[in-house]
Amino acid sequence: MTEHQWQLIALLGGAGAVLVAASAVGHVLQRRLSPDRSNETIENLNARINAWWMMVALMAIAFLGGRTGVIILFAICSFAALREFTTLTRTRRGDHWALAGAFFVILPVQYWLIWIDWYGLYSIFIPVYAFLLMPIVSAMRGSTENFLDRVAEAQWAVMICVFCASHVPALLTLDIPGYEARNVLLIAFLVIVVQSSDVLQYVWGKLFGKHKIAPVLSPSKTVEGFVGGIASATLLGACLWWITPFSFVEAAGMSLVITLMGFFGGLVMSAIKRDRGVKDWGHVIAGHGGFIDRLDSVVFSAPIFFHLVRYGWAVT
Amino acid sequence: MKAAAQLTAAAIVLFARLITAVRGIWQGTEPVPRQRIYFANHVSHGDFILVWTVLPAQMRRRTRPVAGSDYWLKGKLKTFIGRDVFNAVLIDRDRTTRDRDPIETMTEALDGGASLILFPEGTRNTTDAPLLPFKAGLYNLAAARPEIDLVPAWIENLNRVMPKGEIVPIPVICTVTFGATMHLAPGEDKDAFIARAEAALLSLSEQHGAAA
Repeated sequence: MTEHQWQLIALLGGAGAVLVAASAVGHVLQRRLSPDRSNETIENLNARINAWWMMVALMAIAFLGGRTGVIILFAICSFAALREFTTLTRTRRGDHWALAGAFFVILPVQYWLIWIDWYGLYSIFIPVYAFLLMPIVSAMRGSTENFLDRVAEAQWAVMICVFCASHVPALLTLDIPGYEARNVLLIAFLVIVVQSSDVLQYVWGKLFGKHKIAPVLSPSKTVEGFVGGIASATLLGACLWWITPFSFVEAAGMSLVITLMGFFGGLVMSAIKRDRGVKDWGHVIAGHGGFIDRLDSVVFSAPIFFHLVRYGWAVT
Repeated sequence: MKAAAQLTAAAIVLFARLITAVRGIWQGTEPVPRQRIYFANHVSHGDFILVWTVLPAQMRRRTRPVAGSDYWLKGKLKTFIGRDVFNAVLIDRDRTTRDRDPIETMTEALDGGASLILFPEGTRNTTDAPLLPFKAGLYNLAAARPEIDLVPAWIENLNRVMPKGEIVPIPVICTVTFGATMHLAPGEDKDAFIARAEAALLSLSEQHGAAA
């Protein structure tokens, strides 16, 4: 086995160990505090941990499948996220073809462009071509009612769910000297840091949270959770420098940027949910809600992380 | 033929889940294997597929949609899907040509032990109104077999997946909300019962639930 395969196995082993510990804690908490399964927080915690097992297993399978596996996994995530987003938009019949195009043309083309490594097109395909063509298709249907609102919502859906999410597998296309064939570890780094930041914010918030940080947007987020979560996830990211092309300090800086983007991404997506009067984007992932509930922080951090790495470390 | 029908049923359910991620919400009643008449709002030809998909597998086999023979016996594929895959109770909606009362056909299916999925509006609703006025069928059926549970089932969002006249479905998350069982009350007349059934169904809708 090559060095990077050992590193992947070490990461998965680490994630597995964390999950074993989490499951054990969850089990003990349930025995002690919720023997009749009536404590909602603990039941939700255990549902989340079980879903994490599933998500880690899926990521592991995707990594084994290499470039194809990762691209297919994120294309599926994009599809599910776009389906959730479309459900909450106020689009109408007149947008039918624009939306059908988003699902069945724009989404596959974007991931295909990443597959063939055409940076020049996949980085502008949605912001330029989809941006201009979708409203044209909607306009051709001749319905003007709330036109700008509808078009803007459809644009936003595609930007967030397809364009931003596709920057995770796009990390595989970066050509970093001395880091050949190891790009999949960049994805592991991004996903681990962002997701553990979410989890650590939740844990710090539950343990020490007192002062609400954004009561209107997200009443469960606290200053203590934010500071503790971001700081500990940044430290965790820094300690993972050995799987990245970064030094320890650079890995810490990157981690800080992506955890902050992830935090604010969560707030933005919360604002949308509040406006539409829903608690979760979907119900597919037990304990977590929908795909977007789990991916919101990743989609906000992925494009920034991608471009920072591209300008700082890759040959272009 | 039987295997082909089962395979097709599985494929249709998978496709429905892929496009709509449909989820059943049991509000006021549980998915127990009792004989029932599910009555739902009708916005698309895919309506009964969604109701059927969210039922537990062992209940699906005993649950038959009631559908218009004028549509489902047109062409080989539709006949295969309607008759073989979904085992639909096919009724002729045209008073002038039919040789049998649809109520008779439906009670016969009920007496055979089947549950039914019924669309009391009688036709697809393509208007902006949430619900078309119910036809008499539901009342007649409730009067003929008063002991069988009537369960309202509100299908949300399927009209956005495939509005009338479109051929490509767009993925939007759908739900089917089942309400409390109801029966024809002793001495209740047709208009009162129909009004009560319409209100029960409408109260399950997200947008119109509060108004009803």
